[in-house]
Amino acid sequence: MEREQEYVLRTVEERGVRLIRLWFTDVLGQLKSVAISPAELDTALDEGVQFDGTAINGFSRIHESDVLARPDATTFELLPWAKEDEPSARMFCDIQNLDETPFAGDPRQVLRRNLDEARTHGYSFFAAPEMEFFYFASGDPSLGKPQPLDRASYFDLTTADVSSDLRKRTIHMLEAMSIPVEYSFHEDSPSQHEIDLRYTEALDVADNVMTLRLVVKKIALERDCYATFMPKPLNGVQGSGMHTHLSLFKDGENAFHDGDDPYGWSTTARQFTAGILRHAREITAVTNQLVNSYKRIAETSEAPPYVAWARNNRSALVRVPVRKKGKAESARIEYRAPDPACNPYLAFSLLLAAGMRGISENYELPEETNTNLFDLSETERRAAGVEPLPRSLDEALDVMESSELVRTTLGDHIFEWFLRNKRTEWSEYQSQVTPFELERYLPST
Amino acid sequence: MEPLLVFPEPVPPELAQALDFGGWAWKSAPDIDSARRDEPADGWVGAIVMATAGAELDGALRLCRAIRNGDINVDSVLLLVNGGQLMELDPREDLFDDFCVHPFHPVEFETRLKHVFRRSGNNDDIDLIEYGPLAMNLETYQAVIEGKPLDLTYMEYELLKFLAAHPGKVFTRETLLNRVWGYDYYGGARTVDVHVRRLRAKLGEEHANLIQTIRSVGYSFGRSRWI
Repeated sequence: MEREQEYVLRTVEERGVRLIRLWFTDVLGQLKSVAISPAELDTALDEGVQFDGTAINGFSRIHESDVLARPDATTFELLPWAKEDEPSARMFCDIQNLDETPFAGDPRQVLRRNLDEARTHGYSFFAAPEMEFFYFASGDPSLGKPQPLDRASYFDLTTADVSSDLRKRTIHMLEAMSIPVEYSFHEDSPSQHEIDLRYTEALDVADNVMTLRLVVKKIALERDCYATFMPKPLNGVQGSGMHTHLSLFKDGENAFHDGDDPYGWSTTARQFTAGILRHAREITAVTNQLVNSYKRIAETSEAPPYVAWARNNRSALVRVPVRKKGKAESARIEYRAPDPACNPYLAFSLLLAAGMRGISENYELPEETNTNLFDLSETERRAAGVEPLPRSLDEALDVMESSELVRTTLGDHIFEWFLRNKRTEWSEYQSQVTPFELERYLPST
Repeated sequence: MEPLLVFPEPVPPELAQALDFGGWAWKSAPDIDSARRDEPADGWVGAIVMATAGAELDGALRLCRAIRNGDINVDSVLLLVNGGQLMELDPREDLFDDFCVHPFHPVEFETRLKHVFRRSGNNDDIDLIEYGPLAMNLETYQAVIEGKPLDLTYMEYELLKFLAAHPGKVFTRETLLNRVWGYDYYGGARTVDVHVRRLRAKLGEEHANLIQTIRSVGYSFGRSRWI
């Protein structure tokens, strides 16, 4: 038996853990959980837990429906919110077919496969997402417009209000679950908050995003309020994004850094960025997967709708943060399109694959965009060769459908299921008569 | 008692004699394959690698590296070198746990054997690491700080165990990566930083400074016994 597994078994025994939750993620990025008792743990670690995947989004298949959840013992963690007399723990799982091959519908396996692929070229992929979200008094849409808990703004230090207390408790809980937090602060909009996760390997980060979303919601519910990662819950104020910092490491060194370059930026970094830009439109359906996502990607600097890069221009899709001198380790790029409702496993897979394609095909990085893209007219933007991101889920799905890169990266199973599922979502949305239409047209026509 | 693995074959008579006198069970192997084949059910208790007989230093270090890579299931390595090879050991310290100059004095050799191999977990009286408020039970994999259990992941536990077993010693990130994660791990030095950050958070504000950052070198745990 592996030592990690022995560690898990022994800890469960020593700490009197009553319940072990096996976590995995469906194709849409929803966290799923199967609970087992300590008596079943040994077998679960050795052979996995068999279950019927039919009811899980994106897991269904035509022939057989059973899959295996194989716990990843390195992710074993006691749950800090469990009752003291009923300790419980969780492990993330990889989903396998019954013959123990990776299951094509499992997003975590997709990310693993893409990380392994990058490793064959010597690269490990690091990411650090900035998670934005809102606290509301309730999550029930039938109560009308969501009510923010505060009216504060960017970086405001609000005294003793409910939402900063919530955020503090959340961070405490995250740290207890091995999720180091870089910063946390009040964002621009009322009741909007941001928690920045520290740089680590992409698989860990994706697991952490899943845990963070649960913890944020859980703590809010404890205080009878509601936390949401919906990209654009309120009219007239900015939405929630998941700006993500990316870099590659090779032989323990940051591969984006080059001391000889005037900007400290390596050829690898330029090619990787070129890859992300070239394929940005194709991956948008996954980084921004809801109908609502496209209401955030509008003309605001927090969610730049134009495919361009810049060092110090927040209207660009890819920002290259200027580093303090000598900070080779922190060389990175920031991709500003994703929102926190995405499936992090799939989003990171595609960002990595797009960047790696730039490296393998020696893509040329376009010129830096120094003008504020919002100040240009459509014609001027076109003349400058700046393309917009898709304006709707519908358009994003069209672009995705013709992308060989997205198909290869996600695999046929997820690629096809995702398109089918999202086409349905779009057509359901299209068939709705919205309050906007009623208010606008009912009285005037 | 599980045997020690001795490289290479044949074993020089003075080494065989020292081991037998010390009551150590041992078995020699000419190469990695046979060491793997002959592995006892409970694993090797440790390995003695000689750089002075037959294989020379490069060959001996290759063996050490194979051990660290996990090709052979061995926790601790004692390297035997001659005086002339000492200077070449400096950048390769992570490949062995201790070394002894050969020809050795039997008393020194016996002391080093005890020091290296009794600590690797096969002896009943050393499966507890205690340092100040921290106690770790190596058999049950549990750690407590001021009597309160620490909830650690496996890698956090392993890192803390390694650091706490060598108080006052400064380790580079690379050494920690090799010794705690193993050579086949790709994460790079940043992985170490992330885990240290996690450990400090779990140790709590009051005890976070048990792990010290040694600027532009790496990390150390607690204080050295020698200062």
